[in-house]
Amino acid sequence: MHLSGPLTIYTVTAARTELQALAPDDVSTLDISALDRLDTAGAWALVQLQTRFADAGRDVSITGASSEAASLLESVEQAMPEKQAVAEERLTFKAWLDRFGRKVMSGVAFLRALTAYLGMFLHRLGRAIRHPSEFRLTSLVHHCEEVGLKAVPIVALMAFLIGVVLAFQGSTQLRQFGAEVFVVDLIAISVLRELGILLTAIIVAGRTASAFTAAIGSMKMREEIDAMRTLGLDPAMNLFVPRILALLIMLPILGLIANLAGLFGGGLMSWIDLGISPAMFMTRLVEGTSVDHVFVGLVKAPFFALIIGVVGCHAGMQVQSNAESLGRMTSNAVVTAIFAVIVADAVFSIFFARIGI
Amino acid sequence: MTEREVVIKLRGIRNQFGSQVVHEDLDLDVYRGEILGVVGGSGTGKSVLLRTIAGLQRPAAGSVDVLGTDVLNADEDTRQALENRWGVMFQDGALFSSLTVRENIEVPMRAIPGLDPAIRSNLADLKISMVGLQYLAGDKYPSELSGGMRKRAGLARALALDPDIVFLDEPTAGLDPIGAAAFDQLIRGLSHSLGLTVFLVTHDLDTLHATCDRIAVLAERKVLVTGTMQDMLDVDHPWVHEYFHGPRARAAAQAEPRASEKKGD
Repeated sequence: MHLSGPLTIYTVTAARTELQALAPDDVSTLDISALDRLDTAGAWALVQLQTRFADAGRDVSITGASSEAASLLESVEQAMPEKQAVAEERLTFKAWLDRFGRKVMSGVAFLRALTAYLGMFLHRLGRAIRHPSEFRLTSLVHHCEEVGLKAVPIVALMAFLIGVVLAFQGSTQLRQFGAEVFVVDLIAISVLRELGILLTAIIVAGRTASAFTAAIGSMKMREEIDAMRTLGLDPAMNLFVPRILALLIMLPILGLIANLAGLFGGGLMSWIDLGISPAMFMTRLVEGTSVDHVFVGLVKAPFFALIIGVVGCHAGMQVQSNAESLGRMTSNAVVTAIFAVIVADAVFSIFFARIGI
Repeated sequence: MTEREVVIKLRGIRNQFGSQVVHEDLDLDVYRGEILGVVGGSGTGKSVLLRTIAGLQRPAAGSVDVLGTDVLNADEDTRQALENRWGVMFQDGALFSSLTVRENIEVPMRAIPGLDPAIRSNLADLKISMVGLQYLAGDKYPSELSGGMRKRAGLARALALDPDIVFLDEPTAGLDPIGAAAFDQLIRGLSHSLGLTVFLVTHDLDTLHATCDRIAVLAERKVLVTGTMQDMLDVDHPWVHEYFHGPRARAAAQAEPRASEKKGD
């Protein structure tokens, strides 16, 4: 049997169909001297044919090969991969249960790791108080600026707009009952108690948890963390403490700024939309709203700060040596931090409702 | 000696970054079927030269002619056809990290119209085995492979379409001596059995001894000299002399007889 024309990766699909149609009795030799081009793909098809016929107990010889073609055929024949069965997983109920169990356990392990990081932070903080020389004040100030000062515009604008929205929505509903003036209570209680600090924490989680993960993660990726350890510098003391402490200091301040901006936005909108003058707003605010609401709101801030900081630092340390894991951990950190902040807020709500504040 | 076909022809290449001129009036010929090793000190633009030929970097002046096509002035279709005839292996393999090794090798094959997916995956397995990787390595992701395996997988992807020319950027950098020697053998063997022309940028004197037919030295912004290893030893230029007569060069040269014995069989 004679083959002619090019037998390359471009023609192999058609050629193989024809070669497969051949029965072992049809051919005894394959003459490839008329092939103008043979590449690895073509050689693979020929070698496959040979193997198939050999299994049927018939030897086919390939003749007329140029020296290049012969060496190509030889190296392809040597390299013919032996298929190895990959252990296939069948999704039985047991396998599903197994996977589910592993998921649960990895969730538990994650929570334990976060707790361990929290403990590590508290331990190093205690150490920093006992040995102030080990504490990095410059770093703390730098992170306070990054985490706090630079977040002021976005946090203030967000809270202002939330105040405006509350006043606007509240006034349309309350006007139906002729109870417009209660819009002040609505704004004050919802902003001071919940929204101010919760939304601030969510914005900070988006901004800062990702920044922590990216910074620590890229250091981990380039082995800078390992270098620090070999130089006798403790990563927890030098990286985690300044960052988490900066959040602890700055998040309550940001929350307070958000409260003020929210009240300002609400007051402005009440004045424009409902004609409640600033003086009336102030009087109503001071008389009708207990100062407890401010404390109930701000007492949550340090807890949120710890959650955001610990989640961000922990995710950063989980980064491996490839860029993909850095991206994945950064987005994980943001999602986890925001989720955890909201869960914590819900827990606080129930707690305060139970003790009746 | 018969006139050999020139597959890469560079004339008057000039590359510069800002005011820093890397190449000036650089000429180079690469012949079909040879393994050309490009050496030069750090910052002499070895990788820039590779990128220039592969069309990743446009020179400020000069002409690049690969397989009879003017690379710089070719239209889109001609360039596409040309790109299927060369393969590039980057330093760390540059494998797509979201794909398995097998899928990585299949990427260039996907451009071929009418290629049966089953055949494609079989051919990818063949390439994996040809570069000396285990069959099961095909299912792994690049991050699960060692540096040497990533380089091999990168080479397999560069070879996916049976190119005429492969460009290798520091193929043995970061490999242990045993892995590096095995890689040298692999390049030599594949070049022989597939009739490849290899353009190899390296620092590794052992690689130069073990694999290269011809060596081109980059210095003073151009190809200072080309020739065999033997020719290099006689060049009377301070840098070239230092490079090929330094302590490491002597050690590599002593190892050479054994390497050439292996080549023989």
